Amino acid sequence: MTTPTPAIDQPIVRIAAVDKQFSGGDRLVTKALEGIDLEIRKGEFVSLIGPSGCGKSTLLRIVGDLTSPTRGTVTVNGKPADRARRDRDYGIVFQAPVLFDWRTVEDNVKLPLEMLGYDAARRTSRAREMLELMELGDFLRHHPYQLSGGMQQRVAIARALAIEPAILLMDEPFGALDEMTRERMNSEVLRIWQQTGTTVLFVTHSIPEAVFLSSRVVVMSARPGRITKVIDVDLPRPRTEQTRETRRYFEVVTEVREALRAGGGAVDDAGRPAGGGSLDRTIAEGAVG
Amino acid sequence: MATATASRGGPVPAATVRTAPRGRRILAGLLVFVAVLVVWEGAKFLGGTPWRAPGAAPVPGSPVLWNPPFRWAFANDLNLPHVWNIALVFLEPWQRGADRNVAQFLFDAALYTWREAALGFALGAGIGLALATIFVHSGLLERALVPYVVASQTVPIIALAPLISYAFGTNVLSVVVIATYLTFFPVTIAMIRGLRSFDPRALELMRSYAASRRSIYLRLRLPASLPYLFTALKIAATASIVGAIIGESPGGIANGLGRVIITYNQYYITGPEKLWAAIIAAGILGVAFYLIVRAVELLALRGRPGAAAG
Repeated sequence: MTTPTPAIDQPIVRIAAVDKQFSGGDRLVTKALEGIDLEIRKGEFVSLIGPSGCGKSTLLRIVGDLTSPTRGTVTVNGKPADRARRDRDYGIVFQAPVLFDWRTVEDNVKLPLEMLGYDAARRTSRAREMLELMELGDFLRHHPYQLSGGMQQRVAIARALAIEPAILLMDEPFGALDEMTRERMNSEVLRIWQQTGTTVLFVTHSIPEAVFLSSRVVVMSARPGRITKVIDVDLPRPRTEQTRETRRYFEVVTEVREALRAGGGAVDDAGRPAGGGSLDRTIAEGAVG
Repeated sequence: MATATASRGGPVPAATVRTAPRGRRILAGLLVFVAVLVVWEGAKFLGGTPWRAPGAAPVPGSPVLWNPPFRWAFANDLNLPHVWNIALVFLEPWQRGADRNVAQFLFDAALYTWREAALGFALGAGIGLALATIFVHSGLLERALVPYVVASQTVPIIALAPLISYAFGTNVLSVVVIATYLTFFPVTIAMIRGLRSFDPRALELMRSYAASRRSIYLRLRLPASLPYLFTALKIAATASIVGAIIGESPGGIANGLGRVIITYNQYYITGPEKLWAAIIAAGILGVAFYLIVRAVELLALRGRPGAAAG
């Protein structure tokens, strides 16, 4: 099966009028997100991209019910986000692998399965299946510190997928890896996505990565984070290394870059969104109380 | 379908701290021991009392083997008995006319003391873990009670021991209470840190699985805290022995090392070597207990990076 299931038109995630404010002490109120409206369809691969501090990680965490919005609602799988979390509809991958160093690779992947009450035989078979999928079948008995960063992150992905979540949340998962490993991991993620059909919400700093992976790229502005533009990526699938060299790819990358600039995010020489939203500007805009 | 290239980024060895092979470490330890002996006898060589034939109680008037050029009070036979005399005293009867020799007697006393200490150690570790668990889950209780925990340890145990004996009676229970008292503190303090010693994202991870507090505790906090626990237990091992020895005297315990040390202290002038022998026995007991804890640590921390360190 190489083509993804056609995205069914019911949104699996609906974010409506979400605001997020952090209060740090009496006077300093940081408005992280403002007026976010977004729908994600089942089976889609959606990236969030924006300058540092634009709230994209915060938005991801709001979707995952790891923090709650100040205003607005999030509906996942037809339920409020907190019930979706309690029903274990999520898998999450952070920028660091966050593996338990006292457990072997296999036992790390078994962690969510234990918590969901799978029996021992099913835990073992499921963990092995996931690790085989990530091509780490030879490293079951290893400990995390014996693996490279990229391999540890693959274990983290295997763990996230172990309970067959409806939604996979990924927060700059390849940010700590070098460019070549990163491109390889991009292909990996697409392969996994095609095989499992999971909906993916992917936060990234990297324009090429966002365009290569996604069905849609959501470009966010500098703080307070708003959605500047949602770009449909109409590149054909399956996407390969060749895709990165097509003209259409560069056109979409340019479209994303220009949308980033328009949102007030500077783009640095390497073409990455740089720290935008300075506090001065946000005070001038009256966004900080 | 895009396939990854051949070099998948194989496993890399973690930065290993090179610990010397065991043989070399034992050799190093022995060399230090020999060095201490050399310094000891060297001081007596230069400034001790005239050397006579080995034997715990040299007969006055026996031939002098060596007359040191100086006389230093600290190096005389009363303060610093010859090491061979100390070694020989292990074979003498521990008391005039007794059937066990000093070595057997000290071994029995040390074992007796160790049992008291071990009981106190276990109880103290349990209390320490319980307190730390409570504190980690309740910031209010932590802020309220930790100052008292700390204050409890600043009162010298010598002052507290008679009070405890008065309260619990002159028996083994008092000694165990004292040993517990000295053990729970390092465990509490270390575990307050240890139970929080993980990447905060691990907590987010557990939240994403809707983990209960119990699950978070058993699967994340407790395993993460084990290195801290064992560090504290190594300190507690020796502290519990000290507590037991000190507690034995107001506790009126006849069979432990505490009583032996007091007795040999009282009769020091007639046989200084015996007190040194008792001190050595206490030292060996402490080291042995430490090594037991260390062995358990190596087993419990298998597979973790840096497990073999310390």
